[in-house]
Amino acid sequence: MRLSIVVLIVLFSASFIPLAHAQDDLLKELEASEPDKKILTEATFKGTRAVNGHSVETKGEGELEFLISHRFGRLNSGAYNFWGLDDAFIRLGFEYGITDKLGVGIGRNSFNKIYDGYVKYKIVGQSTGSVSFPVTITGFASAGIQTFPRSIDDPSLDFFDRATYTYQLLIARKFSPGLSLQLTPTIVHSNRVDQQILNNDQYALGLAGRYKLTRSLSLNAEYFYRINPVENSPYYNSLAFGFDIETGGHIFQLIVSNTQGMVERTIINETAGDFTKGDIHFGFNITRTFQLKRN
Amino acid sequence: MKFNIILCLMALCVMQARAQKYSTIKSSVVFFSDAPIEDITADNKSGIALLDVASKQVAFSIPIAEFIFEKALMQEHFNEKYMETEKYPKASFQGTLNNLSMTTHTDQSVVASGKLNIHGVTRDVSIPGTIRVETDGTIKLRSTFVVQLKDYKISIPKLLWENIAEQVEVTIDFTLQPKS
Repeated sequence: MRLSIVVLIVLFSASFIPLAHAQDDLLKELEASEPDKKILTEATFKGTRAVNGHSVETKGEGELEFLISHRFGRLNSGAYNFWGLDDAFIRLGFEYGITDKLGVGIGRNSFNKIYDGYVKYKIVGQSTGSVSFPVTITGFASAGIQTFPRSIDDPSLDFFDRATYTYQLLIARKFSPGLSLQLTPTIVHSNRVDQQILNNDQYALGLAGRYKLTRSLSLNAEYFYRINPVENSPYYNSLAFGFDIETGGHIFQLIVSNTQGMVERTIINETAGDFTKGDIHFGFNITRTFQLKRN
Repeated sequence: MKFNIILCLMALCVMQARAQKYSTIKSSVVFFSDAPIEDITADNKSGIALLDVASKQVAFSIPIAEFIFEKALMQEHFNEKYMETEKYPKASFQGTLNNLSMTTHTDQSVVASGKLNIHGVTRDVSIPGTIRVETDGTIKLRSTFVVQLKDYKISIPKLLWENIAEQVEVTIDFTLQPKS
């Protein structure tokens, strides 16, 4: 009987334990029951461009981005050219998100009068939680038509001679809220080139990074290493630094680079400046995003 | 001996009754900001709540990344600039109701006093709301309260043009059933 009383007391006390602890542990109990979800990493880069080249980012579904890019002449061209500001090239472009993963874009670049179009597809997104994946991978394919010189001036050029195709796999990881890095294996195929100075198939590896300085400001850098440049190529690997300034619907990217190009062919194959000699071009990208379709 | 067993079972029953808790079957958390350019609203269906009837304790937890905005860009700004969701993935509340009657089947006005945690900042708050114990055994918890951004160290970036208001209105609506 004494034993049963002890058992009873123990059990009766035990019945109060959850109550006593409920005070502190209800939230813990709740959070323990929380379903583990897949959380996609957002904003690996702020813009669809790292600096000159593309980033892994695509536009959200129904978003239309208007992108205005300027690249000025060389900073070392002196006061007479106002340090390059007299020689500006411009590219006007649109990019649209068909879905959150699939984007298409078109543009026209005054440098060599190139029209370009591209498709971007986010194959897999970096994620944590129940499904964890270390990187975001985006596939990119573009076609560019160089309309300079005119056929009247060079009758030997037909339409296909003017075409360049670029294929990229953009692989990026957001290591922390502040730091993102991207690796970009690239093939640029040009149908007709001067084989003394260029390859029909140029292989390259791009490296890009973003470091956030404040919530609205980041420092970006980008380098394209050409794997198989022709011997004695007059061109250089492109190097670029940029500041991204975000103001809601706009992103301003202020850029210094040794390339004046704004499409892959001119950025990767035909970068004419030597960064170390001061052949640096100032430039900027301004984006404005319009939401055409609402969630 | 038989008597002992009965006593033990009774004690266990007491334990069961005291530990009766209700958990979420349906939830909605709406965030509303009356901004100068346009009203901003977002909806979250992934909040969870727990109500301990015996102790009148209530807790809820809301995953910030699950707020769905009309505009994808706004959602990105909300997570990246305002809420810093990667650092502070959840908002939570734990508190006690001032009263709760399980036998009344009409709306009961209640006040939940406790700790609200948003953006990594915990503050003592009293949240007014209503509770309704339905005849089918489910409980509906509703509340609308105002959050001052500066109380939770949520600052509005100077460069952002689509500024949201200094205070936002949060409406929660949870349906709970006895936890199995």
